[in-house]
Amino acid sequence: MQCCVCKEKPATVHLTQIVGEKMQKLDLCEECAKAKGINDPTSFAMADLMLGLGASQELDPSAGGVEIKCPRCGFSQADFKKSGRLGCPECYQTFSEGLAGLLKSMHKGTRHIGKAPEALRKSRESGERLKQLQKKLNKAVEAEDYESAATIRDEIKAMNELMAAKIG
Amino acid sequence: MKDLHQFLISPSQAAQQHGPHDRIVMSSRVRLARNLRDAAFPGWAKKPERVKILETILPALIGLPEMADSFAEAMDNLTALDKQVLVERHLISREHAAKNVGSGIVLNREESFCVMINEEDHMRMQALRPGFQIREAWLAIDRLDSTLEKKLNYAFDNELGYLTACPTNLGTGIRVSAMLHLPGLVLAEQINPIIQSVNKLGLAVRGLYGEGTEALGNVFQVSNQMTLGESETVIVERLEKVLSQIIEHEENARQTLLEKKKKTVLNHVGRAYGVLANAHSISSKETMNLLSLLRLGIDLGSFPGTERALVDELFLTTQPAHLQKQHADKLSAEERDLIRADMVRERLKDVSRPVMK
Repeated sequence: MQCCVCKEKPATVHLTQIVGEKMQKLDLCEECAKAKGINDPTSFAMADLMLGLGASQELDPSAGGVEIKCPRCGFSQADFKKSGRLGCPECYQTFSEGLAGLLKSMHKGTRHIGKAPEALRKSRESGERLKQLQKKLNKAVEAEDYESAATIRDEIKAMNELMAAKIG
Repeated sequence: MKDLHQFLISPSQAAQQHGPHDRIVMSSRVRLARNLRDAAFPGWAKKPERVKILETILPALIGLPEMADSFAEAMDNLTALDKQVLVERHLISREHAAKNVGSGIVLNREESFCVMINEEDHMRMQALRPGFQIREAWLAIDRLDSTLEKKLNYAFDNELGYLTACPTNLGTGIRVSAMLHLPGLVLAEQINPIIQSVNKLGLAVRGLYGEGTEALGNVFQVSNQMTLGESETVIVERLEKVLSQIIEHEENARQTLLEKKKKTVLNHVGRAYGVLANAHSISSKETMNLLSLLRLGIDLGSFPGTERALVDELFLTTQPAHLQKQHADKLSAEERDLIRADMVRERLKDVSRPVMK
């Protein structure tokens, strides 16, 4: 098992914390555990650690560090520590680095599988189709098959126009 | 404003609703958490923003064909007693009952859909079905959600799925749950190993009123915990499988008890009947626990001619808010215990003593 902070060394320190009814797990290597100051597992809250996972985001006022706040709603890491909830949808972007470990520990995966709003699903599908066409176009150009390349180019152009029209 | 109590299905009608395996699975529920893209989550939004969110969501919901005939109200228009009645009916959470300005509820006539607005998320939409029908509940709420997504701008991320106030609900935002009556497993002392193995599968087992509550009346709620990294269908199917196994274990436990510990079971059922049919003061907790044994007795054939619905109705009407609702004067807990005992005695008047078969 890999350390969930440095993602390099093997994890030898394993922490489990139960808050209310929720169980959180964390696996760290020797060095990262020390660096995070975990010698007495009873004296820290795992939420702090997890939200501080990305070292750059760590909240450390004594070192003159700046507390990260969500630009959209003003929510801070300290607020998350207090409530365990986020401030607004944008917070997931703001705190993404710190949240990654937390999500990994509480869910099956870190990537959504399942339902998506239809409008978004369609735009995602056409986005992927565009990527494929672009690849095909590059290949055709490489192979100097300019006839196919022209057809593909027209197709890409038509798709882009369609998407632009929808957004407009 | 509609009167909540005229709108709600009466306890006797509610107890008459049947579904597959309802002698063990009392009800099924699928809830989806949804939020609006451009607004702070309810716990962080200021009052005016919450009110604005409510005013955006309410008309969108009422406009749905499924919700055409509905009870739609802001929480600050409901009395504390009304909110408690909704909690006792399992239509809203205890957290939602504590909400006021800027929160709301939309409940349809059949009580098959209930949406909490500005609970922890902008929307907690639930489909409810009697008995073991989690797949049907999922399909129903999926349809409702698909219609609603055309009217509201959801907070959705390609990587993270539906964005929710608490990271524990992120992704699908789905909570699939069933309320189970498991007196056999409790009496056979098999309930703890079952709970542990269910927990190991990543599912939660909770008490009657959800998070952090005890299993009054041998009623347990089983639900999924993880919402990210698995599709709704996979989650529904896992729950179906696990619930089928629990049903089987409960049936087996009852069978074994009857074969090997018949006296113990009859003793429990007989004493429960004795107290319920003769008490002059009884707490709601004791009532729940004894009604559970009476329900088991009915399932096992100890009360020929008595239907389970009688117990299920009393499960509702003996709860504090339901009792208070039937009386104009404010009752103290002691007064409620007296009235509760009177009501139960009266309802059990025509039920004969349990028979041994």
